[in-house]
Amino acid sequence: MNTVGATRQATVLLVGPPNAGKSTLFNRLTGAAAETGNYAGTTVSVERAHVAMGDLAVTFVDLPGTASLVAHAADEEVTLRAMLDLAAAPEPGLVLLVLDGPRLARSLYLALQVLALELPAVVAVNLADEAREAGRVPDAAALADLLGVPVVLVSSRSGEGVDDLRRALDGALHAPTPPVSPLDVPLTLALDADVDAIRQALPDWARAPDRVRRERALALWALQSDRGARAAGRVLPQSAIETIRAAAEAAGRDLEAEIIGSRYAWIDAHAPTVAAAGGVDLDRPSQRSEALDRVLLHPLTGVLAFLMVMWLVFTTLFWWTDPLIGLVESAFEGLGDLVGQGMDAAIAASSAPAGLSVLRDLLVDGVIAGVGSVLVFVPQIAVLFLLLALLEDCGYLARAAALMDRLLRAAGLPGKAFVPLLSGYACAVPAVLATRSIPRQRDRLLTMLVIPLTSCSARLPVYTLMIATLFPATLPGWGLPVRPTVLMGMYLFSTAVTVAAAVVLGRTLFHEPAEATVLELPPYRMPMPRNVLRAVVARVSDFIREAGRVILVATVVLWALLAFPRYAPEQIVPPDELAAAQARGDDVDALAAGYALENSYAGRIGHVIEPVIAPLGYDWKIGIGLVGAFAAREVFVSTMGVVYGIADADEDDAGLRARMVADRRPDGAPLFTPLVGVSIMVFFALAMQCLSTLAVLRKETGGWRWPLFVAGYMSALAWLAAFVVYQGGRLLGLG
Amino acid sequence: MMALDQLETGTVARVHHVGGERAFRRRLMELGLVPGTPVERLGAGRGVDPLRFRVRDTVVALRRHDAQLVLVERP
Repeated sequence: MNTVGATRQATVLLVGPPNAGKSTLFNRLTGAAAETGNYAGTTVSVERAHVAMGDLAVTFVDLPGTASLVAHAADEEVTLRAMLDLAAAPEPGLVLLVLDGPRLARSLYLALQVLALELPAVVAVNLADEAREAGRVPDAAALADLLGVPVVLVSSRSGEGVDDLRRALDGALHAPTPPVSPLDVPLTLALDADVDAIRQALPDWARAPDRVRRERALALWALQSDRGARAAGRVLPQSAIETIRAAAEAAGRDLEAEIIGSRYAWIDAHAPTVAAAGGVDLDRPSQRSEALDRVLLHPLTGVLAFLMVMWLVFTTLFWWTDPLIGLVESAFEGLGDLVGQGMDAAIAASSAPAGLSVLRDLLVDGVIAGVGSVLVFVPQIAVLFLLLALLEDCGYLARAAALMDRLLRAAGLPGKAFVPLLSGYACAVPAVLATRSIPRQRDRLLTMLVIPLTSCSARLPVYTLMIATLFPATLPGWGLPVRPTVLMGMYLFSTAVTVAAAVVLGRTLFHEPAEATVLELPPYRMPMPRNVLRAVVARVSDFIREAGRVILVATVVLWALLAFPRYAPEQIVPPDELAAAQARGDDVDALAAGYALENSYAGRIGHVIEPVIAPLGYDWKIGIGLVGAFAAREVFVSTMGVVYGIADADEDDAGLRARMVADRRPDGAPLFTPLVGVSIMVFFALAMQCLSTLAVLRKETGGWRWPLFVAGYMSALAWLAAFVVYQGGRLLGLG
Repeated sequence: MMALDQLETGTVARVHHVGGERAFRRRLMELGLVPGTPVERLGAGRGVDPLRFRVRDTVVALRRHDAQLVLVERP
């Protein structure tokens, strides 16, 4: 399987209903090397892989699973769009229809829509092993006769029939006349007339004089679609369609029932000849699934099981990845130290120490720290996708979505948003990536836009520093624990704001008519290690390749802002203070670092933004901390450490706390009061201060538009809320 | 004739009519709930939402108030 020697291009589109094993079959057919990217002109991500078949360089495209070509959201049109592109392309190509073997009658509905487009097609009836266990193996030869295209029985799980399928694809791609289904599903007479009327009005791109059935299929599609006058980015004759709909309504006809009914009438008439129809008696796999569903969807046991699974997911993500993250961090710290020491030796021996020391800092604090800040996300991403792939493959994710649907619908989100939102409390980066399991584009985008509001673990050090520095352990005279209560309050606040943002954005920006929840519950299956591992590797490498670059560049730029211009201690520290510090035996470098930071570009930004943040109770020192926090929120703590001349401070550093408490405003009032602390925590809870999240949002939404929107709305919200907290608090006499 | 949510666990009825908005009707009918199709209500007691049904060898979960829009008839 390589592309050496291949000369001509060809395309194979994989089209099929959800849960039919389409992606597993794609993996079987193409091997390991697939690339993920948006389908041209859309935000829908598809997988592509290149495979040589004789003289052809074949691109396999795995389109999203869909039960019908008639989309109820723009992103679902991608399947039709890809097929129309295939029809218009000069090079050979075909549609590989992947059908659900045990539930063949159902997936024939999609097959009829696809085959009517008169494109070369090959049908793979998948899940042959499951069909065999259920005692209803479809008759491939009879189906091939019925549809008029090659049909191969396969099992993407066991690999059975995959070689036959490869041969069938090879044959169809090389055939002088590619296999096109001659099938014509009879419509009602009235519908026939409607379809012909729309056909007459079709624009040029849809005309195909020698493909009458394709024209009719497009006309029928247009009649059913409610995406306005567009079909997969192309214009359709809207006025003709509306005239026909109005006339049908006036005549008391039910167009939906006529169109869908005529397809199912054909299926009901012909399916029994190819598939052993499922009676009321349940087969064994269904019985197993049924017994499990009774427990896992039960109002009591089901919710308990759900809470246990989610608790496991969250603790794994929040705590169990900690050692791995620590390992990555210490590895990069060690590497930085090693390179730093090596460079220090070189600097000592060099004739141009200034240039070398810049290079040393660039390497250690910029590049190595930057690569570390990319790879530090890998443990959580890998673990989250491992869990998600397991839950999805075994069929539980669909049940979890069903259980959570009512709750989340109230906030305008789908049930499937639960796991991504929960993951957001650990880290928004894997959480945003996890929204891929949400099928509808509107739902997915809305979920992505509110995830950064969930209280991620990077906010915790900031909360801890503020709470431990500014709040007493217990309420004086009451003995009630204050600190844990404030911390819990921050988490509740973050959750409330996330829900409120979803409600507001969902009703304004993304207002679409509420959609009925119709969730298919696939049978429970054993997850396949191969599939699960592949999903993990694909997501991790995707993240490193796409988001990693942006994060690395951003880290280096931020380092430069904090590190330049450069000063020697005697240039920057006032001489009398320097002398006094030397006399006391203080750390002169730490003192100088504070002054250097104040005069760095970031320090200047801190001064410039002071008027903007002063109403929130902050001064320029906190301003520098806010600039530093854009690399990652927890950087606020170490930046404050540098500002106060304490090297390598963490949130438990007693020296840093003491310096903060002792700091005074020009008028002599303490800078850090509990009110300022709450203002800072509220700001951190709401502000978009994470370049990594923005990088992932850019990658997942295919542009800078949405990440900029998120940064804008969150920053505005953060400023307003902190303003209300600080000024309101002062009015109440809490300042 | 009754609404689908009234169907007792383990019993089968045939779809008579799917009501509601166009997109909702299309979605349900495309999943196979066209008039004449047998639907079986699947297990788990009172107060459960969503409800589960077997249609054309597939299990689908429907919200109770959505199921109210589907009329079925017992044979």
